[in-house]
Amino acid sequence: MTKLQEQLQEQLQEQLQTSKTALSPSPAATLHDGGALRGSLALAAIALAGFGFLYSLAGVGIGQTLFPDTANGSLLHHNSAPVGSSLVAQPFAGDGYFQPRPSAASYNPMAMSGSNQARTNPDLRARLAETRLAVAQRNGVAPESVPGELYTQSGSGMDPHVSPQGAAIQIDRVARERGLEPQRVKALVNEYTEAKQFGVFGQPRVHILHLNMALDAITTGTAATTEKPVTTGKT
Amino acid sequence: MIEYLLFLALLVALAWPLGRYLAAVMRGAPMRSDALFQWIERPLYALLGARPEAGMSWRGYAGAFLLSNLVLAVVVWIIFMTQAWLPLNPDGIPNMSWDLALHTMVSFLTNTNQQHYSGQAQLSYLSQMTGIVGLQVVTPIVALAVACATLRGLFGGRARLEGAPLSASIDVGNYWVDVIRAAVRFVLPLCLVWSSLLVWQGVPATLASGPETVPLETLNLSANPSAANEITTTETLATQKIPLGPVAPMVAIKQLGSNGGGWYGPNSTVPLENPTPFSNFLEVLGIALIPVSIIFMIGPFTGRQRFGVMVFGTMLTLSVISTSLAMWSESWSGTSADLALMEGKEVRLGAEASALWGATTTQINNGSVNMMMDSSAPLTGLVAITNMLINAIWGGIGCGIQQFIVYLLLAVFLAGLMTGRTPELFGRKIEAPEVRLLAILVLWQPLVLLFFTAVTLAVPGITGNSNPSFHGISQVFYEYVSAFANNGSGFEGLGDATLWWNVSCAFVLAAGRFPALVIPLAIAAMLAAKRQAPEGSGTLQIETPTFALVLMGIVLILTLLQFMPVLVLGPIADHLSLTSILAQ
Repeated sequence: MTKLQEQLQEQLQEQLQTSKTALSPSPAATLHDGGALRGSLALAAIALAGFGFLYSLAGVGIGQTLFPDTANGSLLHHNSAPVGSSLVAQPFAGDGYFQPRPSAASYNPMAMSGSNQARTNPDLRARLAETRLAVAQRNGVAPESVPGELYTQSGSGMDPHVSPQGAAIQIDRVARERGLEPQRVKALVNEYTEAKQFGVFGQPRVHILHLNMALDAITTGTAATTEKPVTTGKT
Repeated sequence: MIEYLLFLALLVALAWPLGRYLAAVMRGAPMRSDALFQWIERPLYALLGARPEAGMSWRGYAGAFLLSNLVLAVVVWIIFMTQAWLPLNPDGIPNMSWDLALHTMVSFLTNTNQQHYSGQAQLSYLSQMTGIVGLQVVTPIVALAVACATLRGLFGGRARLEGAPLSASIDVGNYWVDVIRAAVRFVLPLCLVWSSLLVWQGVPATLASGPETVPLETLNLSANPSAANEITTTETLATQKIPLGPVAPMVAIKQLGSNGGGWYGPNSTVPLENPTPFSNFLEVLGIALIPVSIIFMIGPFTGRQRFGVMVFGTMLTLSVISTSLAMWSESWSGTSADLALMEGKEVRLGAEASALWGATTTQINNGSVNMMMDSSAPLTGLVAITNMLINAIWGGIGCGIQQFIVYLLLAVFLAGLMTGRTPELFGRKIEAPEVRLLAILVLWQPLVLLFFTAVTLAVPGITGNSNPSFHGISQVFYEYVSAFANNGSGFEGLGDATLWWNVSCAFVLAAGRFPALVIPLAIAAMLAAKRQAPEGSGTLQIETPTFALVLMGIVLILTLLQFMPVLVLGPIADHLSLTSILAQ
């Protein structure tokens, strides 16, 4: 490369002699190419300590000041003990609870992940068919009416939501198990159904943990402190 | 659909003023805020030993760029390998192995953020806050600096020094000043705004360790032992550790800095990292904001508005085509009726928002994900791979312009050959030495990608793909394409935390970053040293739709010619298998 450039420079020097004023910019006062090592060492310190560490601290400070609840992980409390976070799905096995989506990480946040199985992977196909049938049987509905998110695993394995239909097919089972009127449970599901955010973004959804905490509050009468104030519905 | 239109509208509305502001920052124009910013910048210049008023030659500039990268590399590598002994490690995370630390360091040094580790389990808070976030902030900025130097060169340099050898006489700017001004006046303030918006939506920002919580059902069962007999304990969790940390500032720079490496392993699919549909919108907007601002910067920065318009028009056309294809594949095509549609996706986001993200994150070399690309439709994967092979549909911060200039020079050269005229760009001749350098860059990509893909597939012991058949080929190819494009997304089922993958990807990462940044700068300086002929009626007009179409044609033909065989064997064959499965 240097050889090429030397040739080029010779050519160009000739050219330049013929037209000294070809380039419009004014002569530079000075070019200063030295000091790269000192600059590099200092830049490493500035980047890691300043751009990295101090910037992170500033971000944390602003976040803690303006939005302390979300900055600390949107934690939920039950009788003042932390029972989890609004942003982490929990497993629910009992028939008296609404079930979340299946998790590739067994709901362990330290191992969160998706299945990463391709659409053409036979293992994925077998798992979907099996899970879909199991969900259908458990809730006493036809496999065709089970919405997709209830038999697929989410990307994070921590998805706390299901679609409104995914909650709807579970209403009868939960009501029976708890000895509640299905209408009452249905009203609760409606209350906990979130529309598209600002009417535009994302999809309608039901937060399983919030809903189950509200259910517990109805049946046991214990006051659960969730983000949403728990009311007993409109029935 | 509405979300996509809103995204485009807001993107242009925000990037336009930001681009003009960025041009003023990088030109060193006087500003009302000078007093405030100089108060921060002057001590930094003193620390750097920089002489802010002096310019640099392209060699000095490139040398400073390369040396500063080398120093960062060594320091960060050491931090990762010793994090267990360093402070701010509340979760007691052990040291990283040398090869995983090497890959992680190179991956973040090259603005790629390909992750073979899982953040919440393998990095301490200190490693995340210094090594990871520090590199996430500084690496897009140094690339932006090199791109600005290249643009200065293309238009003859800031100034020229009399009496010096020619290519060493062109002032392409001051590296240290470019880096510091871009960081202090542009990137960091924007990141703090984004970080605050993300905390508002629910992203954590704390230095405390995450709590260990008892899930609701477990809690109730322990209070009511008679019911506990009905449910086996294996179905419930005893406790859940909620991983927290200074997540929001990192996610802000991860999105804005074309980085893509998340705090948590599954990236922005995780509700803690991407809590609401609106946070998702902010994050996908963040991916494109600075890269598009840089395109809007070109006009006012170079003083040639029409050139900026041509670059923007070309990139926007390619981007709309690519995004539409991805959204069609994921949410409207035949394969969207697949039972597996929601596999790897989140309910709050849905298929459309996931496809928009998947297309945007590969047009720009960001690489963050809000769905598992492995489980998306094969044609969505094809769009993603093609985006990364082109790597200049917007492109990453700095590298997007560099790659675009390579395509531009090629297109000028070929158009010159077609019309039988000496190819010229802005009045300066493109001759054999420049074309030779271009040819090296163009051939380098297929040589590296196809060599490593072939070797890895030929030795099943090191492949590590988790899916059978054609998708397994896609997984391996995607990993190297993503590394070379400095993207960082992946078909993450790949078992890539091995010695082979760590070391080979570390090489591919560096091979994709440094030549692509430095060679266009060299070419620009070589052009700047030439005599400028006045533009006349016979000059090739590059700021026209016709030329833009020629350029897009060359980009597509070049990419498809080089990679068609592997694309057919991977995603296309995968798609055909899927349609036959769905037809059953």
